[in-house]
Amino acid sequence: MDFFEDWPGYFEVVVNWSDRLLEGLWTTIQLTIYGGALAFVIAVALGLMAGSPSLWLRAPARILIEFFRGISLVVLLFLLMYVLPQLWMRNPDLPLRDLVYNTFLLGVLALGINYGAYGAEAVRASLTTVPSGQWEATTALSMSWVHKMRRVIFPQAWALMLPSLTNLWVHLLKGSAIAYIIPHVSDFTAALNQLRRPTDIWFSHAFIGLVIYFLLALILTLFMQALEARAKHKLGRGPSLREVLSPAPKAAPPDAAGPDPKTLTGPGGGPKQPASGAGAHPGGFA
Amino acid sequence: MPTPTDTPVIEFVDVEKRFGDNVVLKDLNFSVARGERVTLIGPSGSGKTTILRLVMTLEELTGGYIYIDGQPLTHENRDGKRVPVSKKQQKKLRTRIGMVFQQFNLFPNMTVLENIIEAPVHVLGQSKKDAITKAHSLLEQVGLPDKANAHPTSLSGGQQQRVAIARALAMDPEILLLDEVTSALDPEVVGDVLNILRQVADTTNVTMLIVTHEMAFARDVSHKVMMFDGGRVVEEGHPDKIFTSPEHERTQRFLSAVLGDQ
Repeated sequence: MDFFEDWPGYFEVVVNWSDRLLEGLWTTIQLTIYGGALAFVIAVALGLMAGSPSLWLRAPARILIEFFRGISLVVLLFLLMYVLPQLWMRNPDLPLRDLVYNTFLLGVLALGINYGAYGAEAVRASLTTVPSGQWEATTALSMSWVHKMRRVIFPQAWALMLPSLTNLWVHLLKGSAIAYIIPHVSDFTAALNQLRRPTDIWFSHAFIGLVIYFLLALILTLFMQALEARAKHKLGRGPSLREVLSPAPKAAPPDAAGPDPKTLTGPGGGPKQPASGAGAHPGGFA
Repeated sequence: MPTPTDTPVIEFVDVEKRFGDNVVLKDLNFSVARGERVTLIGPSGSGKTTILRLVMTLEELTGGYIYIDGQPLTHENRDGKRVPVSKKQQKKLRTRIGMVFQQFNLFPNMTVLENIIEAPVHVLGQSKKDAITKAHSLLEQVGLPDKANAHPTSLSGGQQQRVAIARALAMDPEILLLDEVTSALDPEVVGDVLNILRQVADTTNVTMLIVTHEMAFARDVSHKVMMFDGGRVVEEGHPDKIFTSPEHERTQRFLSAVLGDQ
């Protein structure tokens, strides 16, 4: 089959194009990080507003969340790229011209508000999941709303909202591929697409694309899982991040006597116990 | 501010509390004097806990007035019209009130010491140094001098409740509300927690409003016991009288059921 015999050729082309691909990859990473950061800020702001007891904060937040959640990202991008600049074309004196013509910034903005609206729901929902006793304790201690949010409620909600935010961020990463329709912004998908046209190696282009997006998503997920472990540890649930990251035998390397009983009673000691009676009490014989 | 000694610290006037159509408290009038310890007893659903929660502003008052040191807590009577008081006034009055909950409600994202000093430092504006010194002496008082840096989740229920008592006392409350503080504890540690509260009652002048099923404790510390049923006061009086020769049939029935268990 030609298809497989051509493998070396595919990769030769990819290597030749590696500069463009890496540039596109870098753009995708930037879109993901800046878009994610903006989405996070919007999510927290709208989520707190939507969870506030004041109708004057809750109502606008609800409208914004429902609106930005409901609109299509593609249509929003078209609007920002092709409709919004028309206003400035017709009225060249309007301020912020550079911002409106900066298509990368508009891409970040579109990703940020679209995914931020989803994130706001995650933030609001996790705030309501903090037990009512915690809210009551803050009232009994006369804490102001800002105080209780900052010091008591949000730190607890944080651990609850992280899994949802991880999901959304991975969605945003993959959603950033839509940036290939943005003029003057060549993200990873756009770079792959350019590679396809002159070279006719559709298979490797799609294959590389899948693998790279998967790896990026994996990195995001691992990072967020570390954040989650840290947040849970701070609430007294689960091990600390250091304990999670370090493999068990390396837990106490400087102390020569220390690791021995630990490793024995740990992975090694457990299953061996029934076989040898002495193994059950390694500490006693040492 | 100077208040005449006969001004009640807590005063309920025509208090009514409804949850939707369900009337929990109706035409409730009573007052608690400074330094007085009042225990509310009665079957569950009789509105005892609701009274504490109204004083702590955890529930919205649907009718009548509550006065703290003679000042309206939620609404005031202005020429016969019921007008809500400012948030500022409510907050000022609320800092004089402390509450200990059935479920402790310690903040899991803070250590024991941080739990205790959080509000004194950030609400009352005490210096961190003073607050820490005071927190250590309170931990000593509740028998947990070595747990300052412990995590609430690493403590037993009894220990958590003792920290919660220290946290409430750190605010120097004039009024301490105790809402079934031993109901969630193992029977064998109930005595420890009650002894600490007895000691607080003996050594301070704090006004206490207590909801409990521990009748021996109620008898020890209370100046007055109020028996509730169906949102109304059935009978009230000195604990010796209520517990030995209750007049009302409903009180007799309740006490024989509760005490008969033991």
